[in-house]
Amino acid sequence: MNFEALPSGNMRRRDFLRHLTVIAAAAGLAPSALATPSRPIRVGMTPAFLHDQHTLLADWRLYLQEKLGTPVEFVQRDSYRETMDLLHLGKLDFAWVCDYPYVYLGSLVKLLAVPLNQGRPYYRSYLIVGADDFLRRSSMSDLKGAVFAFADPYSNTGYLAPRFRIRQLGGDPATFFRRTFFTWSHRKVIEAVAKGFAEAGAVDSFVWDTLNKLKPELTQGTRVIERSPEYGFPPFIAHRSVAAEDFARMQKVLLDMPKDPTGKHLLDRLNLDGFVVGDRRMYDSVADMMRVFGEQTGN
Amino acid sequence: MRRIFDLSLRHKIPLWGSGLIVAATLAVSIGLMLRAFDDLKRDVVISSEGLGRTLAKTLFPVLLHDDLWRAIEIINAPLHGEKPADPLEAKAIFVVSPDMKVLVSSAPRSMPLAADLDSLGADYQQLAAALRGADPDREHSFEFPASDFLHVTVPVAEEGGRIGTLVISHSKNVFLPRFYGIAAGGIGMGALVLAVLLPLNWYWGRRMAAPLVRLAHGMDEMVHGAPAELSPDLYGYRDELGQLFAAYREASAAIRQKAALEREVLQSERLAAVGRLAAGIAHEVNNPLAGMLMALDNLKQRHEAEPPPEPHLARTLAFLERGLQHVSDTVGALLVEARIQPRPLTQQDFDDLRTLIEPQSAKKSLRLEWQVELPATLSLPASLVRQITINLLLNAIQAAPSGGTVRLHAGVDADGLALQVTNDGELPSAEVLAHIFEPFVSGRDGGHGLGLWVTYQTVQQLGGHIAVDHAEGRVLFRIHLPLENPQ
Repeated sequence: MNFEALPSGNMRRRDFLRHLTVIAAAAGLAPSALATPSRPIRVGMTPAFLHDQHTLLADWRLYLQEKLGTPVEFVQRDSYRETMDLLHLGKLDFAWVCDYPYVYLGSLVKLLAVPLNQGRPYYRSYLIVGADDFLRRSSMSDLKGAVFAFADPYSNTGYLAPRFRIRQLGGDPATFFRRTFFTWSHRKVIEAVAKGFAEAGAVDSFVWDTLNKLKPELTQGTRVIERSPEYGFPPFIAHRSVAAEDFARMQKVLLDMPKDPTGKHLLDRLNLDGFVVGDRRMYDSVADMMRVFGEQTGN
Repeated sequence: MRRIFDLSLRHKIPLWGSGLIVAATLAVSIGLMLRAFDDLKRDVVISSEGLGRTLAKTLFPVLLHDDLWRAIEIINAPLHGEKPADPLEAKAIFVVSPDMKVLVSSAPRSMPLAADLDSLGADYQQLAAALRGADPDREHSFEFPASDFLHVTVPVAEEGGRIGTLVISHSKNVFLPRFYGIAAGGIGMGALVLAVLLPLNWYWGRRMAAPLVRLAHGMDEMVHGAPAELSPDLYGYRDELGQLFAAYREASAAIRQKAALEREVLQSERLAAVGRLAAGIAHEVNNPLAGMLMALDNLKQRHEAEPPPEPHLARTLAFLERGLQHVSDTVGALLVEARIQPRPLTQQDFDDLRTLIEPQSAKKSLRLEWQVELPATLSLPASLVRQITINLLLNAIQAAPSGGTVRLHAGVDADGLALQVTNDGELPSAEVLAHIFEPFVSGRDGGHGLGLWVTYQTVQQLGGHIAVDHAEGRVLFRIHLPLENPQ
């Protein structure tokens, strides 16, 4: 797979997505289902974004509650595994997860909406080193024998993508680095690299870019040396058991956020531009990488 | 060094006092500062051990499960880095395995993962050696000479399973600003104490030394025979120093009295010797002189009987007679003897004296003040008293400036007659004064200098005494004559 060959494919996808968005908007105009669940809607929040912005989360929850007319509960977990377990157990209705868990969970979940990052539902994996890296390492191949920070074993950009890159370089991800560890959050990968606990790390481009905007002092300690090809942005997913009306209601609320002043403001704080309905095919490249490592893709 | 001990007490007492005060202040300050420094260090060790135990307990399962990031978060939790001067905050926290490899560290750049402690510089090399030698199941604190660190070590172990040793390293450089703070406070306090005590000490020392210095000075003068009088106000207390002052005053008074007595004895002895000499010479001269005068008289009588002599012979004879008479007068004056039969002194004698004196005083336009209060008669030889008085009055008239005053005061006291003759004018020079009662000593031109000598001799023969004094621009002769038969 050639990293530079992707943009042409993305162009095709973009056209497709625009088409989908139009369909979704039309669906939103249809009379909504009046399902009123007795229990609150439970939404799983994961380190796919800056899930430690607690006031932002509280405001967003109130917004959703108001728009949905039902109580909303955010269930925060620090590892994707735990959120995946909760989905397996049927304890979550919706979740914002990484693309890797989404592919992994397969038919257990349905794609609800994909956030727009800088106008497009894609993101990348950044390979970062410390800003003061005296070895001036500039690519993954220079990092052999380094101490490396991964985000989460079920993170695409923070685990799957860099390991795939090593494999591409002909290396064995299990022995390529001298020492690796998981920080269970992209933000902490940046911290670990900036403070020197790891020589390098792999991180979600959305998290790095957002932090670069909100807390530049943190990202200044790191230097991006490689950008991966684009992958579908971590999606909002719905458990397959969620009623069609609820699914549509939630989807509509998310898709309508940019049109609402409060929703727009929340999106600004999230550093997102809005949502699109998305398509499973956007995540094919993730599924391809997973297959390289012999993992099931749920398809 | 000896010169310092030879310094005056005026300097030595304040200096010693100041030295002691400074030394005591310094000793106390330094003692307190060292104590504070030790306390600070002990606090650091105690707090570090507590922290270390908590961290070790939390780290044990995390390290056991090889959750490196969690371990990193745990050991970084106590390191805020907000207050760099907080001496209790550690500089670095890390865990080493039993074979001295770094398992996790808060300073990954200087202490990378899996690095050998021995390879991280001399300081950690010493620590590794110390840890190998120490009981691995106990807490320790290590401080190496020439090292900037204080290390507190706590085992990361549970139920006999030991993963490694947690080390909390404190930089001693962080203690120093705190120590300097304490030291600055101590120095400020010391300076304040010194600012109060030193001037007090200086004042007290000078006050203590001043009377001693005066006393020493006085003793020095006493050795040289002229002790100064020390005022009793100089030291008014009755302690040992006061007793010394009292003794000094007694001794100096006795010495002064003795010296005055000696001077007087010397004076009268000299005058007596001079008198004897003069009298001896006068006697030797007087006998041939009497013969010569008698022969001359014979010659004169013979020529009066015969026709008058040749004029030049008569002139020669007259010249010889005047010359011999002058010699005789002088010799007679030297041979002061109370030969005249005494007649008691009366008030009338003083009236006679006034009559005799007045023409002389009128010539110089002097004012005569005459104050004589005597009983009808006094058992004193009138002629001698007249002689004495007239000598002194003539002397006074000659010494007084024109238009001045001459005063006579005569009265009787318990023991006898007191005479005072006063005139305006300056006292003669010290040299003249020292010999004023000796013959041929004169304060002025033209005098033969026998008047006061004769007066002195006469007073001596009468058993009295004479003294000259000077006050308020006047010269005063004072005579006292005891009555011969006091009744």
